[in-house]
Amino acid sequence: MSAPALALAGVSRSFGPVEVLHGVDIALRPGRVHALIGENGAGKSTTMKILAGYLAPSRGELRVAGTPARFASVREAEAAGIVLIHQEFNLAEQLTVEQNLFLGREIRRGWLLDKPAMRARARALLDRLSCAAGVDRVVSSLSNSDKQMLEIAKALAREARVLIMDEPTAVLTRAETDILLTQVRALRAAGTAVLFTSHKLDEVREIADDLTIMRDGAVVWQGEAAGMSEHDMAEAMVGREVSGLYPAKPPAPGGAPVLEVEGLDVPGHAEGVSFGLRAGEILGVAGLIGSGRTETFEGLCGLRPARGRIRLDGREVRVRSPAEAKALGLGYLTEDRKTRGLLLTKSLRENLTLTALERFARLTIDTAAEERALDTAIAEFDIRAGARDGPVGNLSGGNQQKLLLARTLLPEPRIVVIDEPTRGIDIGTRQQIYRFIRELAASGRSIVVISSEMQEVIGLADRVLVMCRGRVAGTLEGADITEAQIVRLAMGLGAPAPAAEEPA
Amino acid sequence: MSDTTTLPRPRRALPSMTVIGPVLALVLLVIIGTALNPNFLAWANVTNVLARSAFIGIIAVGMTFVITAGGLDLSVGSMAAFIAGLMILVMNAALPALGVGVPLVLLGMATALVAGLAAGFLNGILITRLGIEAFIVTLGSMGIYRSLVTWLADGGTLSLDFTLRSFYQPVYYGGILGVSWPIIVFAVTVVLGEIAMRRMVFGRHCAAIGSNDQVARYSSVNVGRVRLMTYVLLGLLVGVATIMYVPRLGSASASTGLLWELEAIAAVIIGGTVLKGGFGRVWGTVIGVLILSLIGNILNLTDLVSPYLNGAIQGAIIILAVILQREGKAGA
Repeated sequence: MSAPALALAGVSRSFGPVEVLHGVDIALRPGRVHALIGENGAGKSTTMKILAGYLAPSRGELRVAGTPARFASVREAEAAGIVLIHQEFNLAEQLTVEQNLFLGREIRRGWLLDKPAMRARARALLDRLSCAAGVDRVVSSLSNSDKQMLEIAKALAREARVLIMDEPTAVLTRAETDILLTQVRALRAAGTAVLFTSHKLDEVREIADDLTIMRDGAVVWQGEAAGMSEHDMAEAMVGREVSGLYPAKPPAPGGAPVLEVEGLDVPGHAEGVSFGLRAGEILGVAGLIGSGRTETFEGLCGLRPARGRIRLDGREVRVRSPAEAKALGLGYLTEDRKTRGLLLTKSLRENLTLTALERFARLTIDTAAEERALDTAIAEFDIRAGARDGPVGNLSGGNQQKLLLARTLLPEPRIVVIDEPTRGIDIGTRQQIYRFIRELAASGRSIVVISSEMQEVIGLADRVLVMCRGRVAGTLEGADITEAQIVRLAMGLGAPAPAAEEPA
Repeated sequence: MSDTTTLPRPRRALPSMTVIGPVLALVLLVIIGTALNPNFLAWANVTNVLARSAFIGIIAVGMTFVITAGGLDLSVGSMAAFIAGLMILVMNAALPALGVGVPLVLLGMATALVAGLAAGFLNGILITRLGIEAFIVTLGSMGIYRSLVTWLADGGTLSLDFTLRSFYQPVYYGGILGVSWPIIVFAVTVVLGEIAMRRMVFGRHCAAIGSNDQVARYSSVNVGRVRLMTYVLLGLLVGVATIMYVPRLGSASASTGLLWELEAIAAVIIGGTVLKGGFGRVWGTVIGVLILSLIGNILNLTDLVSPYLNGAIQGAIIILAVILQREGKAGA
């Protein structure tokens, strides 16, 4: 086997007092595709960022072609031929393919751009990837797979010897994925070392030579990919039971459903979603990124155009806007705290009362009542703010999330959809938030928790709806809620052993 | 971390440069004005300046809401000209039927208000329902109204019937206790605007939308309707301003209200409202309007600098205001 082009040896990484990566070893070899898999939060992103020079290791060593190296910046890593392709495209949408390829590294002839030379090189690079996209096309008009190819071409233009791809297929269709995999094989044949992450285990089976499986910041399995079945991989990814983090589950609530959804279509994202929700119940929603989880519930809450029958207490209702959802007692807490959740430059008070502002106003707003509501929220949700009238953007993620939760609950919704309740939040605050959610359910509200973290869904939910490619793949209840079952359904591997129960 | 329940109640922080900057500038202008010409603070001059500021001022109050909600309206100047022309045409046409009297004036006022509402609604609908940039929509309507008034006046001037003009004139020149109507209406608009901006749901929603419209939408704020309302309000206020303006000259032409939009926008920005939206201050806008008119007034009263340089000084003040705004960003 060839010597590794890039390797980590015993690398750990801490953020403050918390160590998130524990002694990781990984070796990327020229001419081989290395797949890195694991749940969200397993440490894949941190590992990739250390490999590509975005983060420095706290302990351990980064080795380039065998010699220890330390990158001061991403530029240095790129100069060494190591390129990370982000999950979100990093392209200037209004510029052409050729302009993007040479952005910041334009070929010049004297004072002028050497257009013919750049076009010829761009064509040659794209041809190497068998990408037919014209060099003069504006990037916004390209398909996702062509954009992905363009990202790879950019990496090639920088003479990448190591290519790190963060979930390159998450946004691609199956056909586009096939094209991408063909190109990855071509790169492998040309001697590039490739690191590839994906939640789609079938792709991993198809493309990987080497495999590293991570869990909770450590490598739990490493070796040649050939011997591993998808089932083996899923099992290796499954973690230990976390005890104490989640509040105890009371007996599953019975009774008639409060909310019944039948055949909900969210054009472009989800189709025929049906489920029921009881009072006092926490319904977990699992599925891969791109499976239409968020979009389905945004559609339900009037944030996206959607069609389908929605019944509240047996009465048919229509939800065409977030305001109508609020009036019906539906609350939605977004996964995107910073760009959709909070007004980062405004104070806690203004953020807290934004959704329920009319409760504080007759003709004018009663700011004293707002302050009292903030006092209550701070006490009830243990929000720790340094300066009470400072901007919310200065709060930690956990405190922002608690404030967002307080805001969502202020209009007293009966049904609360919480999308990624603990994204980017430390473990202590997570525990608090799980407790709040369970208390909400105990008070008779119905809760939907959408989460990418399987442990969270398992630890919190009374019932789990698993989505796959915009459809409900199955519903799990009681003892059937296991990581293996969720993974199987989410990966589209068919029904679990006990037939998936129909939604109530 | 400290015990969270004992957090101090918000205290009055020291006013930042964005807050006191415009006030200081205004005070400075008053001092300079008084030093250069003793008549500067005379009642006649003060009321004259205020009455002339009233048109731009009333419009600028509406503009404060539009800009706070992240929008812009370039059409207000030509909208005012068009409404003035329309008002004069309607009043002249109804003169034989109604005769000179209060009903005719009320008809004219109603015409102005309805036309203002409609024009604002049209701008707002195009911006919110069709999702066209506010800059583009109002650039277009600016051209349309300007051209319509030129067409209505057939390239010349539309004049109010002479007898009607003398009847209507008190609306500009008359008043209570020596304070003329435009000043009174301006003051009432400012007080209501200030309350709406700071103490009403509408103002809070405007700031939320201008700050981040996605957050507002996810917080169940009806973003489209609030945006639309800002343009309707502005249109209505343009109508109000026109009602005050027509009796002053009794005519409208292609050059009526020329560059009012820029003066209104400038006043809003000088007053500390953020051009990108998210934060607005109605009383600041009043300061901005006064600063702009005082500069012109001082140049007219003294011969230190040519009045022809009025625009240059105003321009420099606008740029200075934005620089100060950026430096004192934390205060916003």
